[in-house]
Amino acid sequence: MSVTEAPSGHVGRKLRRKEDPRLITGRARYVDDISLPGQLWASFVRSSEAHAKIVSIDVSEAAARDGVHAVFTGEDMSDLGGPLPMAWVPPGVEVNNPEHWPLARGIVRHVGDPVAVIVGEDRYAVSDAVEGVVVEYDPLPAIVDPEAAIAGAPYVHPQFETNKVHEWTLAGGDVEAGFAEADVIVERRVVNHRIAGAPIECRGVLADYRAGSLTLYTSTQVPHFVRLFMALLLGLGEDHVRVVAPEVGGGFGQKLQVYGEELFACWASRKLGRPVKWIETRSENMSVAHQGRDQISHVRMGAKRDGTLTAFHVKILADFGAYNMILTPLIPSLGAFVMGGCYKIPNVQTDITGVFTNKCPTDAIRGAGRPEATQMIEVTLDQVAHELGMDPLEIRRKNFIPKEDFPAETATGVIYDSGDYHKTLDKLMEHVDVAEFRAEQERLRSEGIYRGIGFCTWTEICGLAPSRITGPAGVGVQAGLWESAMVRVHNTGAVTVYTGTSPHGQGLETAMAQITADKLGVDPSVVEIIHGDTSMGPEGRNTYGSRSLATGGEAVAKAVDKVVAKVRAIVAAELEAAPEDIEVADGKFSVRGSPDKGMALADVAGIAYIGAVPEGMEPGLEETTFYDPENFVFPFGAHACVVDVDRETGKVKVVRYVAVDDCGRAINPMLIEGQVHGGVVYGIGQALYERVYYDDDGQLNTGTFVNYAIPTAAEMPSFETDRTETPSPVNSLGAKGVGEAGTIAASAAVTNAVIDAVRPLGVDYLNMPLSPLRIWEAINQGQGASPEGGPQS
Amino acid sequence: MSSTEKVRLNVNGTEHELEVEPRTLLVHALRDNLGLTGTHVGCDTSNCGACTVHLNGQAVKSCTILAVQAEDAEITTIEGMGTEDNLHPIQEAFWNNHGLQCGYCTPGMIMSASALLARNPNPTEEEVRLGLEGNLCRCTGYHNIVKSVLDAASKMGAQA
Repeated sequence: MSVTEAPSGHVGRKLRRKEDPRLITGRARYVDDISLPGQLWASFVRSSEAHAKIVSIDVSEAAARDGVHAVFTGEDMSDLGGPLPMAWVPPGVEVNNPEHWPLARGIVRHVGDPVAVIVGEDRYAVSDAVEGVVVEYDPLPAIVDPEAAIAGAPYVHPQFETNKVHEWTLAGGDVEAGFAEADVIVERRVVNHRIAGAPIECRGVLADYRAGSLTLYTSTQVPHFVRLFMALLLGLGEDHVRVVAPEVGGGFGQKLQVYGEELFACWASRKLGRPVKWIETRSENMSVAHQGRDQISHVRMGAKRDGTLTAFHVKILADFGAYNMILTPLIPSLGAFVMGGCYKIPNVQTDITGVFTNKCPTDAIRGAGRPEATQMIEVTLDQVAHELGMDPLEIRRKNFIPKEDFPAETATGVIYDSGDYHKTLDKLMEHVDVAEFRAEQERLRSEGIYRGIGFCTWTEICGLAPSRITGPAGVGVQAGLWESAMVRVHNTGAVTVYTGTSPHGQGLETAMAQITADKLGVDPSVVEIIHGDTSMGPEGRNTYGSRSLATGGEAVAKAVDKVVAKVRAIVAAELEAAPEDIEVADGKFSVRGSPDKGMALADVAGIAYIGAVPEGMEPGLEETTFYDPENFVFPFGAHACVVDVDRETGKVKVVRYVAVDDCGRAINPMLIEGQVHGGVVYGIGQALYERVYYDDDGQLNTGTFVNYAIPTAAEMPSFETDRTETPSPVNSLGAKGVGEAGTIAASAAVTNAVIDAVRPLGVDYLNMPLSPLRIWEAINQGQGASPEGGPQS
Repeated sequence: MSSTEKVRLNVNGTEHELEVEPRTLLVHALRDNLGLTGTHVGCDTSNCGACTVHLNGQAVKSCTILAVQAEDAEITTIEGMGTEDNLHPIQEAFWNNHGLQCGYCTPGMIMSASALLARNPNPTEEEVRLGLEGNLCRCTGYHNIVKSVLDAASKMGAQA
């Protein structure tokens, strides 16, 4: 399908969002907008130490303060059903997994680790009382640098007698044989530094336990997972636990988690018989909400003289911080599944080692393993091209998996569903005249302006996930990752769709309404999408891994198809025709070829609910589906970034950014563009500005938005976006995910652009973050092709 | 309990008299005392701008001033801009141009944009970007926010 083809229905249109009226008028309800009668507030006392024994906690002064109802420490919560969950048990792989409790028991292991919690009347009173808790610490040596941590003591968890969490390898072919065939082997140290998720809404919870039932409002991406673990850890039946993700102000993976604060609020509400609310401050969010990336990799890429890639071997040291969160050790593996990128590389191996340090835990953050993989592939590929004297686009084209190979099995046995990489790059070239750019670059250099262009041709794995591959017997996630949908056509023909996904800004209400509307011959405005409430609709598997459309949307399509089958049977009986001859056109179900004698959905619903249905048919018009995909989906694209580097200050300015993406068939191109814009800025932010920084003692230096720089409108350019459409054969929509795409692509495109800009100044390789200081130092040291990637400042 | 003070706040054209601790931030008085929860809190260092409201027509971050300092000032919050049935042109422009995703920064963005357009009804893209520098968004990459503000400027200019 060509993207220029006009859509015949609502699918494919830039429909403005159903979500927006409540959001632009201030009428949406986020967690902190909800208050319950009798509600108490909680505030946590958090460790000031990176690693220490807790000698004593004196709560007497705090407990005596006005407005304080209770103060709890770790010992008070001894009645939990278990520690916080880690849900990855890879078959045959040993994972050191320490106990992790909502309140520290005896030892704190990173700055911000919760030690005690105040519960009281209002948000000011509990914050005041936190200051009154006196904790005596006996400091232990902190280990902050992952390379030092893997080398030996001190240990974050001494019982393991190592800081190693696990080792995991995915290999295909024989990399050593591949390197033996290579004419050139490039080795680099690729540092993918730690970043913060930083949704603008911090986390927040409001728990209300009454008469044996628990309701938890929480700013989460995963209400269904949270319900399961609240039930298990509090000893409640799942039927007595309702978890609601109300309006959620951004997630970016940080809210794909089961957090101790959620568990505490539920536990305390039961204990005190009052609703308990906790609203995270930004300073807390920056120090204790899980962070992302933090990998140091040694990569080797081999190529023949003509540019043909022969082998790619990466050894990743992944810093997991102080504890394993729900999926922590799995995250680097998500990158391993696409470590060959969109290239035909016969021998690929990824060796992962996880390591504990005295820092905030890491877990999934937008892209989760795949931005890291793409950085390794795409930056190293440019280095190989330079080594061979090849054009960076030529080496890409030389190695692209050709479209006739799809579905294409990679060296490691992963099967890419569909792709046409030349097409996206061709489309990019319609926007970017490289020859003209090179001429201009040359001219600008003579004026002292250092401009560079960088490319990233990427693919990724998303649409989580086929349960047989990701589940306990496969990769080892202790859950099926199917998705559910339930569709209810009401008496009047209005439609409610319940999805098990839990969107938080993506516009899923709009996209799912478009899918539903076309199939039922109604307007999207009469289709309501309900999500994020475990008491409404079937069990679900939530939102992460760019899954909500490819997996959740397909579940909706399948549930609607079941409704349509029943509608056709009813209409066929009414019009005395065969069900297979009934089609939907112009808002009516009619016999093919006789559109004037049709029935609107409301007419059919009337029959279904009066009960005047054909003999043997149940009344009503409501269907449920659980959809488990056969494969993942693999979106791809080609991005170009143009930067100027100030030779005097090292400051980078993004001059131009062009993104051509292919996420299969577009349901709503406007939403796709929005996801790409935001994703790209997330990647640019990491490449240029953002870095979670701990000093050698494990003190966090980036605890607020004053010293953790997320991009503002002033630094960013406007973007040029375009698309190609290569439908996925995995689902009937032909759709792939796009939520993480921009982030996966952007940091490598920016890095390659900066390196291209500063090459004439003697700098051939750089690692992120591409801060002015790092670039200035590299320029002034004229450090050449340092495989270390420049100064580590 | 801590001592409280009476304060008169004029919010969205309505006079309110409330009892607050002298240290109560304006944003908490609006949200907790008056139930105007459209104004959000996204940080604790006055960086993010999610709490932006108008104080006598000027955009201010309502986490940076005390409720008692706002006495007798004319305060406008997102709830005073327009309703679903009668949207302000800036709200309409954000809707039409996909200028929001999770929506959390949006009320603050709209209030900042409104003050910007009052100062400069016909801004360039560069001026919009600089004018919104104090409002952080993590979802949109700002592209469609800037587009929304420019669109609103042109629509409002045409109406004037």
